[in-house]
Amino acid sequence: MTDLSALRSDFPILEREVNGHPLVYLDSAATTQKPQSVLDAMDDYYRRHNSNVHRGAHTLAGEATEMYEDARGKVARFIGSASDQLVFTRGATSALNFIAYGWGLNHLSAGDKIIVTIMEHHANIVPWQLVAKHTGAELVYLELNDDFTVDTSTLDSILSPEVKVVSFSGMSNVTGALGPIDILSDAARSVGAISVLDAAQLVPHSPVDVAALDVDFLAFSAHKMLGPTGIGAMWGKKERLEEMEPTEGGGEMINTVDRHESTWAPVPHKFEAGTPPIAEAIGFGAATEYLETVGMDVIEAHEREITAYALERLASVPDLTLYGPLDVSLRGGAVSFELGDVHPHDLATILDQDGIAVRAGHHCARPLMKYLGIPATARASFYLYNVPEEVDLMVESLHKARKLFGLT
Amino acid sequence: MSGLDELYREVILDHYRNPRKQGTLQGDHVHAEGNNPSCGDEFFLDVAVADGVITDAAMRGQGCSISQASGSMMMDKIIGMSIDDVRDLTHQFKLMMSIEEGDNPVDPEKPGSVLGDLEALQGVRKFPVRIKCADLAWTTLADALDQATE
Repeated sequence: MTDLSALRSDFPILEREVNGHPLVYLDSAATTQKPQSVLDAMDDYYRRHNSNVHRGAHTLAGEATEMYEDARGKVARFIGSASDQLVFTRGATSALNFIAYGWGLNHLSAGDKIIVTIMEHHANIVPWQLVAKHTGAELVYLELNDDFTVDTSTLDSILSPEVKVVSFSGMSNVTGALGPIDILSDAARSVGAISVLDAAQLVPHSPVDVAALDVDFLAFSAHKMLGPTGIGAMWGKKERLEEMEPTEGGGEMINTVDRHESTWAPVPHKFEAGTPPIAEAIGFGAATEYLETVGMDVIEAHEREITAYALERLASVPDLTLYGPLDVSLRGGAVSFELGDVHPHDLATILDQDGIAVRAGHHCARPLMKYLGIPATARASFYLYNVPEEVDLMVESLHKARKLFGLT
Repeated sequence: MSGLDELYREVILDHYRNPRKQGTLQGDHVHAEGNNPSCGDEFFLDVAVADGVITDAAMRGQGCSISQASGSMMMDKIIGMSIDDVRDLTHQFKLMMSIEEGDNPVDPEKPGSVLGDLEALQGVRKFPVRIKCADLAWTTLADALDQATE
């Protein structure tokens, strides 16, 4: 197995104990832990360079602006993009809202269709529902195959000139299933629709090159890839960003402002109203540097191995049901399961007593839960700092839960 | 007893697996629904009231053992009680769970708590994130009683 265990010492939090046990952090699909280099980058900014960005004539303002824009360059390069196509947002959720409102409101009308998949996170459903309500457009769902991958066989019957948006996840935060990116972006292009990739779970775990993907928009969050909370990114094709309206007005995003009319700053600043999260942007940049140093190919391979190991070990636990592809080439490292009639919340409490952090609930994907006919799952999710021994500890704790609930 | 053994007492698992008074009521009754949006737990409650007394009740729902057992134990307790007594019981329960401020009524030095079997839920106090699970049924009940006394 790809041994990345030496990296663990870069993450201060992994030294702590929880309920008397060493922390076993298996909740990286919710948020990841931060390496010292990210913490240092943000700390250094506040200690030595703190100032507002843009238009400042003094030294600190210049330094802060340079660090902020340098961070944009790092994050853009990380996904193979030019800096001016990378807009900082509050996170993937706000990026998807920007796209839905900024592009959708001005390009959708009654009778138009927005294709999404049933495995979407609420962040890629609710903004489209809101925009559909304003415009009279309608959401159409792609469902799943038996192996939890998206069923694209119904596409032909859905595709029509009325389809204006195809918005889909690159990787489900519940089942771990990878999205059929090429099929859906091709489908969108074939009817003149835009394709939107929710890459919140993809960019942190796999090499992503926007030049090779050929989608129109892409959204992701810093905190799911070793960076801080409160910042993420919207990437878009230049012409899409140009034709999009800003959804927030204020300082920083204007060219000129008169009493009744204003003109916008060029992309990407047109979308960044108000003082941005500067330290967070710098932390985001440092996170991409850390990931590049390890290598996204290496990280992807490591996760595939630890996921395969987890699937094998979990399959040996009696009464355990897995919800996700068993073929690791079709999936990432978010592993959802149920254990007999032990409710996932009870399971999460029991595991927590052994210092093991897993998530339980509907994972902000209620339509998927309803589709699968279950109220909730427990979810373990892996990242570069996880080691197989942590899978063993989780399995041991699951046996404890079986005993506690009298499962035989 | 470890925290977990205290949390998942046998009586709680029994109520979780064999919840009492499942279903809906026919005839005159009030209906209330509660959910915890963050975890998806749901609780549906029908309560029939005559002359200030709860004459019957029925529940449906889904969720963790704590939320469902708390509801089932509540059903066992409230049928036949006056609304005033149920409100007092609710207060005692919330004191025990430290949801409302005041002394824990379940004190080994001072026997005579009105809570009975519900005392088994005391172990939840040590798991602050789970207190809202135990409270779901009671919040729903308060809603139902408010409707009944409107």
